[in-house]
Amino acid sequence: MSSTVQPRGTTKIALTAHSWLVYLFFFAPIFVLIVFSFSDDNNVGRWGGFTLEWYQDFVEHNQLQNAVWVSVRVALLSTVISVVLGTLAALALERFKFRGRKVFDALLYLPIIIPDVTMAVMMLLFFSEFFDLLDAWFGLDLQKGLGSITISHIAFNISFVSVVVRARLAGMSEVLEEAALDLYATRWKTFRYVTLPQIVPGVAGGALLALTLSLDDVVITQFAAGPGATTLPVFVFGLIRRGVTPLINATSVLMLAASVILVALSLAFQQFSGRGGRPSLRAAREAVSAPPKTNTQIKEGINQ
Amino acid sequence: MTMVADRPEGLEEASVATPEFEKAAERAASRRGFLLSLPAYAYLVLFFAVPLGIVMMYSFATRNRFGGTDLSGWNLNAYRKLGEPIVRDILFRSLWLAILTTLICLVVAYPFAYFIATRTPLIRNLMLVFVMIPFWTNFLVRNYAWRVLLGNDGLFTNISEALGLGERELLFTTSAVVIGLVYGFLPFMVLPLYASIERIDLSLVEASRDLYASGFQTFRRVLLPLSMPGVIAGSILVFVPSLGAYVTPEILGGAKTTLLGSYIVTQFLTARNWPVGASLSFVLMAVMLVATLVYFRTGGRNL
Repeated sequence: MSSTVQPRGTTKIALTAHSWLVYLFFFAPIFVLIVFSFSDDNNVGRWGGFTLEWYQDFVEHNQLQNAVWVSVRVALLSTVISVVLGTLAALALERFKFRGRKVFDALLYLPIIIPDVTMAVMMLLFFSEFFDLLDAWFGLDLQKGLGSITISHIAFNISFVSVVVRARLAGMSEVLEEAALDLYATRWKTFRYVTLPQIVPGVAGGALLALTLSLDDVVITQFAAGPGATTLPVFVFGLIRRGVTPLINATSVLMLAASVILVALSLAFQQFSGRGGRPSLRAAREAVSAPPKTNTQIKEGINQ
Repeated sequence: MTMVADRPEGLEEASVATPEFEKAAERAASRRGFLLSLPAYAYLVLFFAVPLGIVMMYSFATRNRFGGTDLSGWNLNAYRKLGEPIVRDILFRSLWLAILTTLICLVVAYPFAYFIATRTPLIRNLMLVFVMIPFWTNFLVRNYAWRVLLGNDGLFTNISEALGLGERELLFTTSAVVIGLVYGFLPFMVLPLYASIERIDLSLVEASRDLYASGFQTFRRVLLPLSMPGVIAGSILVFVPSLGAYVTPEILGGAKTTLLGSYIVTQFLTARNWPVGASLSFVLMAVMLVATLVYFRTGGRNL
């Protein structure tokens, strides 16, 4: 980029000031929240000296602790399942043409773009009808809870995982896979030793996204949760509606910390994927892609 | 084809690229693709498409006297209710707030995204990371932070009093909801705008300035048209979630600022008028689908 297009003079000053203001807008509320979570005053907006009392309260609060464990279990379970299903879906869509591909593609996009509230309503009605049906047919008396929350989280996470993995696959040449198959590797071995190592950053990125989305979701979870089990965000949402307390401040800061750790991890993975995998792989890719001869072209050459 | 007879011995018939082989390979690939997609496909049909169908069914149903729902006898009663003043007001209010949020985000994000795009790669990446952090942090917590900031005895009120502006009550007003929505969705505007501005060959800006265009003319005639895909993409990414927002108005808004999302939830949890709730969530989804089609037709294609 040429340096002459850099904004100059007052424009530059204005743009710089504006950017600082945007960052202030982004981070001031978070900063205030963190500071006041250590404030020894029952009123959340007043500074009353440093204390860790509210964090102590968080640890000793039984319902909050239960909610934390529900959240963690739902997040881990839904992430594992949606990573497997989402990666398979991404492979199918990026590497194969099959009947029903277009419908599947559209269906896979819907959970990403559908409004939260609509999806929440879908889950509420679905589980109400589904459990009625199970009760009528098999006499099963099921309640909404951990299972229904996990099912609804997988339903939106599959799509996000597959989008991330697809992006990775799309930027990856098929030449190495073709080479492996030409060299008599089985489909499984090709996947295990050629495709998988290359898409690992995409899969990891998708997994972290799924984990974050699952840990953050309020609206859909609220409608899929039962009296037996709620996740941390849903529980906190309920608390907030009853009023602001220092305990919520402390809980929020801990949730914030969890998010930041996940972002840091995902950035680390992006860094890793930016280097394009292992050097030997990259060298191989360059060597293979230099002469643009595919299997069929070589055969044509022999036949001529 | 005559050379096929000369192929080395031991090479199987099928491995030569005859039309039959190509067709068989295509069929095998099709089968593999289908099998790979099957688990996710089945899952989404069962736990996404079927629920969607159920919502549609409910939207045509009637509420009975006991607060339950009669699924037999489809009618459009629930959709007719959308024309009633209460519901119409809520629809218009939601629409207006979503448009306002989108415009504010656009005005704030554009210069910001332009500034990021003209930095050196190192600073650019650093700036993007600091946009990504609020983008990834818990949405609920971010809204709650504003509740603390704007609250009765919050920092905002204290500052306003100290400055002699008097006691300003922002919490539970429409302004608070808009602030919360802008805060929540600003990164959705910044990132696509940045992506499309960064892609522009900035020597065009230089050329425009060389040819005596003013800064505004350059923006209006060169920069803005070229970054249009980002503008459209960002606007849709902000508009759609703002329209269906539930958490933000619930935390920062008051009783007078009921929006579409909260109204739908009320229909299910307290009013127990499921058909109306279902029809409204269907309308919301229709708006989203139209917006997405526009996105793919215009912004999505180039971005």
